[in-house]
Amino acid sequence: MIKKFWSYIGNYKSLIILSPLCVMLDVVCELSMPFLMGKIVDNGIPALNLQYIIQVGILMIGLALVAMLLGSLNHKLAAEVSQGFAANLRQALFDRVQSFSFSNIDTFSTASLVTRLTNDVTQLQNTLLMSMRFLTRAPLMLICALVFAIAINAKLAIILFMAIPVLVAGISVIVGQAERFFKAVQAKIDAVNGTVEENLIGIRVVKAFVREPHEKTKFKKSSDELSDTAIRAGSLVVTIMPIMLLVLNGATIAVIWFGGRMVGNHQLGTGELVGFISYVMLILQSVLMVSTILMMLARARASAERIIEVLGTTPDIADKQFVLAPHAVADPRVNAEAPSEEAAIQHGAIEFRHVDFKYTATGKGENVLSDINLTIQPGEFVALVGGTGSGKSTMVSLIPRLYDVSDGQILVDGVDVRDYKLATLRSSIGMVLQKNVLFSGTIRENLLWGNAAATQKEIEEAAQNAQAHDFIMSFPDGYDTDLGQGGVNVSGGQKQRLCIARALLKKPHILIMDDSTSAVDSATEAKMRASFRENLKDTTILTIAQRVSSVQEADKIIVLDDGRIVGIGTHAELLANNPAYQAICASQMEGVVANG
Amino acid sequence: MAEQQQRPIVSMRGTRLSMAFQKPKNVGATIRRILAYFGSSKYALIVVCIMLIISAGSALAGSYFLKPLVNNYIIPGNFKGLAVTLAVLAGIYLIGVVASYFQGRIMVTIGQRTANLMRKNLFEMMQDLPLRFFDTYTHGELMSRFTNDIDNVEMAIEQSVVQLISGVLTFVGTLVMMLVLSPTLFAVAAVILAFMIFLSINLSKKSTVYFRAQQKSLGDLNGYIEEMVDGLKVVKVFGHEQATSSKFAGLNEEFRSSAATATFLSGVVMPLMGNLSRVCYATVAIAGGVLAITGHLDTGSLVAFLQYSYQVGRPIDQVTNQLSVLLAALAGAERIFQVMDQQAEVNGGTVTLVSVTHAEDGPIVETPEGIKTDEWAWSVPRDNGHTLVPLKGDVRFDHVTFSYDGVTPVLKNISLYAKPGQTIAFVGSTGAGKTTITNLINRFYDVQEGTITYDGIDVKTIRKSDLRRSLGMVLQDTHLFTGTVMDNIRYGRLDATDDECRLAAKRASADSFIRRLPQGYDTVITGDGGNLSQGQRQLLAITRAYVADPPVMILDEATSSIDTRTERLIEQGMDALMEGRTVFVIAHRMSTVRNAKAIIVLEHGEVVERGNHDSLLAEKGRYFQLYTGQSALE
Repeated sequence: MIKKFWSYIGNYKSLIILSPLCVMLDVVCELSMPFLMGKIVDNGIPALNLQYIIQVGILMIGLALVAMLLGSLNHKLAAEVSQGFAANLRQALFDRVQSFSFSNIDTFSTASLVTRLTNDVTQLQNTLLMSMRFLTRAPLMLICALVFAIAINAKLAIILFMAIPVLVAGISVIVGQAERFFKAVQAKIDAVNGTVEENLIGIRVVKAFVREPHEKTKFKKSSDELSDTAIRAGSLVVTIMPIMLLVLNGATIAVIWFGGRMVGNHQLGTGELVGFISYVMLILQSVLMVSTILMMLARARASAERIIEVLGTTPDIADKQFVLAPHAVADPRVNAEAPSEEAAIQHGAIEFRHVDFKYTATGKGENVLSDINLTIQPGEFVALVGGTGSGKSTMVSLIPRLYDVSDGQILVDGVDVRDYKLATLRSSIGMVLQKNVLFSGTIRENLLWGNAAATQKEIEEAAQNAQAHDFIMSFPDGYDTDLGQGGVNVSGGQKQRLCIARALLKKPHILIMDDSTSAVDSATEAKMRASFRENLKDTTILTIAQRVSSVQEADKIIVLDDGRIVGIGTHAELLANNPAYQAICASQMEGVVANG
Repeated sequence: MAEQQQRPIVSMRGTRLSMAFQKPKNVGATIRRILAYFGSSKYALIVVCIMLIISAGSALAGSYFLKPLVNNYIIPGNFKGLAVTLAVLAGIYLIGVVASYFQGRIMVTIGQRTANLMRKNLFEMMQDLPLRFFDTYTHGELMSRFTNDIDNVEMAIEQSVVQLISGVLTFVGTLVMMLVLSPTLFAVAAVILAFMIFLSINLSKKSTVYFRAQQKSLGDLNGYIEEMVDGLKVVKVFGHEQATSSKFAGLNEEFRSSAATATFLSGVVMPLMGNLSRVCYATVAIAGGVLAITGHLDTGSLVAFLQYSYQVGRPIDQVTNQLSVLLAALAGAERIFQVMDQQAEVNGGTVTLVSVTHAEDGPIVETPEGIKTDEWAWSVPRDNGHTLVPLKGDVRFDHVTFSYDGVTPVLKNISLYAKPGQTIAFVGSTGAGKTTITNLINRFYDVQEGTITYDGIDVKTIRKSDLRRSLGMVLQDTHLFTGTVMDNIRYGRLDATDDECRLAAKRASADSFIRRLPQGYDTVITGDGGNLSQGQRQLLAITRAYVADPPVMILDEATSSIDTRTERLIEQGMDALMEGRTVFVIAHRMSTVRNAKAIIVLEHGEVVERGNHDSLLAEKGRYFQLYTGQSALE
């Protein structure tokens, strides 16, 4: 797992190697203190050697300052490397998410992607930070302290070799147990959060059915369960501290007892004995530090796995591999496979040939579209009608390759869409999505998404065609009106019109509107259609709409039911002889007008 | 051995990073409110404090014992005395260990219980808040009250409080011990200690500045991530991946550089304090050596003093560390209390819904407690007792004006009347105010002008829960809860039997699809019914309303049509549901509109036309236009 993340440390790799070096020197400096103190007490004081005391003391101060410098440097390194790593990782994740195809996007929820880019990255950053601060430090401290302890008195060190295994065993048993408890706690936390989330989403239902008491009981149950489990887990964890204290204090008393006798027999100095006690503390502390880090690493693993899941998802729609010219000449078959770099969309003719489609992401395996055959001439106004789930949205999203066909092919201007560069294909197609969003910023900034180089005149033209110009001008700041996050400052219908204007600014050869006028009132929509007819004669327009009034003037209406085309024709033709279309009309007012 | 009391040094959450900038506004009041949640555990806190004093004292005593041990027993070689004193020390240590264990146990329990109580209280309070509240906060914001904020409070109670107290106790105790051991050496150490405290205060001030900067760029960065991930499909359709990515790179770099500085500043306290302690240690060693040589200090006192000074910086680091965690927790608690302090839904109504039966001589009487009939009446309190008004479902709007924000009126001077058993259909374009009318009937919102009466009673005087119990609702967006299909149907009436639920499903035309599900009625629905189709979810919502069996129904028909077979089923279900009830329906289906007794056409919050289907068509007005799509232009 570390291997997978190593590359994201990038140009900080040299710094990360510097870190253990700093830590090592720092630890040696720090740990030599009790040893040197022992020398002062045992050699300096009894001999009344003032010069020796001052020399050793100054050496100690010097070492402390060196340790301070190195320790600070390591903290600097840890901060730089961990934040640098996090930034690299975040960028990689963001770029990967950007490269996702629609079916990739469908498999992750927005919230889960955001969590991975924010919390999970922070979690790993923290882990790296703490590891650089303590992961190398703890074992080094352990070894160093042992060396000094043995140097003071090897016999006395036997106590340490007895205490350490006891402590390690005790802590690892508890940590191991706690691990299981923590998993249970996590499950309960998820349950509580799930209950809250569900309640928030369905709050109207809760209130309409007066189910507040029921919800409260439900929540109380899951909250109590969480609390009970957490108390059990916590009670286990808090035993670590007393156990550590027990072993530490036991070892200290043993050291004073045996060490004290040695001092009495002049085998050990008083200063050495006190220094030794300091090492006992340091050693046991380092063991505790290791156990804490191990617990932290275990927690970071979940985050790491979630991040790897995103990084490991390869977009399933991409440009075909370009083949360099000489190879292409050498192998005409490859050439035929390669996307023609020159190919551009000139007219906007669309052809579906025996197109089948199924969503692989959902794994349902049922065809959403079956055997679609259709030819659309450049400049035609084509409407798609049919119930939800009949495959309208899917059908139009295949044209700009938001999804790839499962079988058959789609041609734009006679070329398979998969043979265009994605950028070329999508820049020629204006698509207004059903669930559309505006971004924070001004109206102008949003419209410029369509074409960053557009002039004010072009912007206004597009807005006029989308029937947005007038309401934009009615705002005090006009095109510089701030939309707020997600376009909160405009109504639903206005938002849809802005989205259409944004797509029009691309000057697309093909314009696809997926149910994107649902909140626009009929009169405005009619105006919009009229201006399209006048100003966008050469643009092929595909529209999906619920209202029959929105589609009845189309050159061609395509009726879809259950993923199959069940009728193609004009409004009059279909009304005359297509039962499915008649049924749709009958559910709206036309039927009545027509019948009556 | 002064540092024995400390917790693991490695912070598990890196809390300092994200929290140092948060500042609570009213510390005193917030602490008092949190303490109120402790309930009887407050007394346990006193026990904890005693435990803390014992364990800190035991740790401090350990070092102090070095003096007599060295001076009286080790140097003179009195091993018997050594054994006795060590036994006493062992006893003190043992008491310390026991105290530390119980203190830990108690705090875990208090922390979890308090968090649990707060969590439940927050949820309960939230259930009583009006819909208006839920309109103003995003789900994410409210969720983070339950996750981050409660978590922080719990962490603070469990660890920070204890560490803070023990840090202060240890520090003060250490100073006292030093003073007792040698006032001269204490003076030497005090100079360095004062510098340490000065440095740590300055550093934390400085890092606060950087934390603010970091927090600001983090906000920008996370906002951008959220917006772009949410609008990812639009980014792709416009081929804006490159531009988005480079803007992200800019924000990312900005955050990285400020975060690196902030992280460094917060981290560097540790090596600084640690090593300054050791400078202090070395200085004390020199000064102590001099004193010892000149005979002003005995060896025992010197080594004991040295033990204290070795890690005297730890408690300083510990206290600064925990202070920021504590402040963040208080800020979180304030946000929680802010939600709790919201005005709950006004529920002042005195009119209640009671089950009634016909008395022998004709008039209706309230049924005794526990007995329920199918007949209901409103019990209206009068000067002397109650009058019973039979529940019929007669709803009238009298010159109602309403606005969500108090500025833009959404409904203007609406008057309408529904006779019991009638179906009233609302039609009109999006934003005309159809949903608002239904929201007012069940008092999701209260009218600002005019009145709405229900069987002649002002709805404002009816107890809200009783009012809503008498109204059924099928919303456009069907929300289902985690649980079985049966549980979800029963949501309509909690005491409905399985058979009643099945019968309702049959009537609502939902039975056939439910039986085809893998586990039939026991199929578990997860994730708001993600495993069901939109049509199936709607059928379940209809069934749910059916089980409730209210005299008045509010229906918001789904805008989008479903495949033709399901569509027919839903139509059947809806028709069955509407039979014999007063129904307000926001209509999208032709059959619904045609069957309605009265059709109300709304435009910009006003009633522009009313009548039945035929009369309205004949008028060739807005109603005619709406459904034929013929606009003024043509």
